[in-house]
Amino acid sequence: MPLVKHGKVAGDRFIELADDAAIPDDGDILVSAARLLEDPQGLARRAGRTGVIWPNNRDVDDLLPWLDRLAVVALVFPSFRDGRAYSQARLLRERHGFRGELRATGQVLRDQFVFMLRAGFDAFDVKKQSDAEAFANTAKRYSVFYQPTGDGRVTALHRRMQLRHSENAGQ
Amino acid sequence: MYAYDEIDRTLINERVTEFRDQVKRRLSGELTEDEFKSLRLMNGVYLQLHAYMFRVAIPYGTLSSEQMRRLAHVARRYDRGYGHFTTRQNIQFNWIKLAELPDALADLAEVGIHAMQTSGNCTRNITADQWAGVAPGEIEDPRIWAELLRQYSTLHPEFSFLPRKFKFAITASQHDRAAIKVHDIGLRLHRNAAGETGFEVLVGGGLGRTPFIGKTIKPFVPGRDLLSYVEAILRVYNQYGRRDNIYKARIKILVHELGIEKFASEVEHEWQQMRDSALTLDDAVVEDIRSRFTYPAYEKLPHMPDELKQAAHDPHFEAWRKNSVAPHKVPGYAIVTLSLKPVGGPPGDATAEQMDAIADLADKYSFGEIRVGHEQNLALPHVARRDLPALWRALDKIGVATPNINLVTDIIACPGLDYCALANARSIPIAQELTRRFANHDTANLIGRLHVNISGCINACGHHHVGHIGILGVEKNGEEFYQITIGGRADENAAVGTLIGPAVPYGEVADVVEDIVEAYLALRARPDELFIDAVKRLGVEPFRERVYATR
Repeated sequence: MPLVKHGKVAGDRFIELADDAAIPDDGDILVSAARLLEDPQGLARRAGRTGVIWPNNRDVDDLLPWLDRLAVVALVFPSFRDGRAYSQARLLRERHGFRGELRATGQVLRDQFVFMLRAGFDAFDVKKQSDAEAFANTAKRYSVFYQPTGDGRVTALHRRMQLRHSENAGQ
Repeated sequence: MYAYDEIDRTLINERVTEFRDQVKRRLSGELTEDEFKSLRLMNGVYLQLHAYMFRVAIPYGTLSSEQMRRLAHVARRYDRGYGHFTTRQNIQFNWIKLAELPDALADLAEVGIHAMQTSGNCTRNITADQWAGVAPGEIEDPRIWAELLRQYSTLHPEFSFLPRKFKFAITASQHDRAAIKVHDIGLRLHRNAAGETGFEVLVGGGLGRTPFIGKTIKPFVPGRDLLSYVEAILRVYNQYGRRDNIYKARIKILVHELGIEKFASEVEHEWQQMRDSALTLDDAVVEDIRSRFTYPAYEKLPHMPDELKQAAHDPHFEAWRKNSVAPHKVPGYAIVTLSLKPVGGPPGDATAEQMDAIADLADKYSFGEIRVGHEQNLALPHVARRDLPALWRALDKIGVATPNINLVTDIIACPGLDYCALANARSIPIAQELTRRFANHDTANLIGRLHVNISGCINACGHHHVGHIGILGVEKNGEEFYQITIGGRADENAAVGTLIGPAVPYGEVADVVEDIVEAYLALRARPDELFIDAVKRLGVEPFRERVYATR
């Protein structure tokens, strides 16, 4: 599945490690939540970077002690109808200040890109090549946003207030 | 009226462009039907028995005459010349072609209406008291808050893929016309002891397979905190609502399983971490929305104009006036309800010609404004009382002046097996038969207020649980049967009805309703004891006896 980062298709340096595979000292790896919680200190001592694939039915609070040592948190959309990872993403970004890569995995289609960007995702494991290629165009499909999130886009309510102030200033 | 500005219009147009791309990908096979399903549902498109059905939102039930004309245009151009007003202030078109849907949406977008989130597991159309802004005694116009919620919930980046659909309703009156207690979140505007305006927030109401009356989660949330509090509820629901079983996925089940105290404390915990955030509505923002709701320049008019005195000699006019005209907050004006329940007609349907004529009458007599209520009727909210006789004649001519508002023939019914792929039984023909049985206005008037609600399946789109008489279609060995409940209501004293006995076959439903009504007439304490009050006093038993004695 193509990975989209910084708005375009990019190579993935992270390798998903099976739970029974030995942990290599270097190289970038993605481990399961269980594997991470089994030996978080050990993983932190590796030379390579570590990321975790965090299931959507587990509280992100359990991840917080290790958050600053993780390069990637991959959140899961088992089907695109299951939106739990949007909440997890916003909590990690907005409440817990996670600055690493937040990756959307699972059933990721172009129709979710704007929602995901707004929720704080910045990497996308896209299911279809055609959707991955359409990323840049799809991501700018909307110019109006009604809700404030951590992505910093100006909301419609505030844009109206700005317009109103500039109108008043011009009078 | 709320006037969409350039910002709102841009978003609607962007949504149309996105949907056009989605339809194109479906038609080319790039999207499977399963993938497309969630996408089309989020834009109000269902696959029904015979065709695609298209549901358009009428936020908080307010329409301009221009918008109504555009709905008529869609009915005529893309459908079979009519539309169906639903119990959630939407309109449905039953015969739309998928390839033409993007054009229909683009036509609607030109007048600021859309189909965003009229289906799917997201926040649905925000509904409100259809008399908002004109009902006497209101705290304030609840549509300002409904509009804030509409904007907040439109394309929400976190809550567009909830465990199940999510419905808000809002009222600012003592008497609840918006059925807030049977919504996922019900909001009642009121003033606290300090004179501040805020909301009683109810959660976990709903009908369907497992009906619940909403419970108060917080008695007072100040207006400035409304969005953050709602976000806290939605976040708890999004994470912990059940996704393993579609029938247990509504928030009412989560509230029920956790208990309201536990659920409330989860929400409170979440809310305390984000209540002071960008979601806080400062006064200027609320005022900005408020300023875009415009109200008519009412004249100073007499309460009893000569036109009304003269028309009082016409018993047909008087019957209609007493039934369909309600007091307005401004002296000299009235709220007029237009019955979409003609004898023998499908409840809630209007033809393109009727819609156009109603739009013209709204321009002439109601400052260009029309309302849609959850009882599937329309209203003209600002009619000068002196114009009532002329308006009545015009409404009568187009068949929307049946004086049966709130009477036994003002039936709420879902589309049922005539259209719906989910239905087990027909609803519309039952409603039609009942309107014929009780066609005599004097009889219906003698019976008084009586709400009959009909659903063609357990999903309860016809709100049968909260009908004074509720009728639920079920299927038994390939035949249509109907369960009858009584004592339900959807107002501020909301209650779920009680089953009176075994289901009856299709052919007997109207007889059973007649039996129930006759029992009521014989048993009521006084002529003004309403059916619903008599059931409360007497219980189900006397009605059960009457119905099943000979069956």
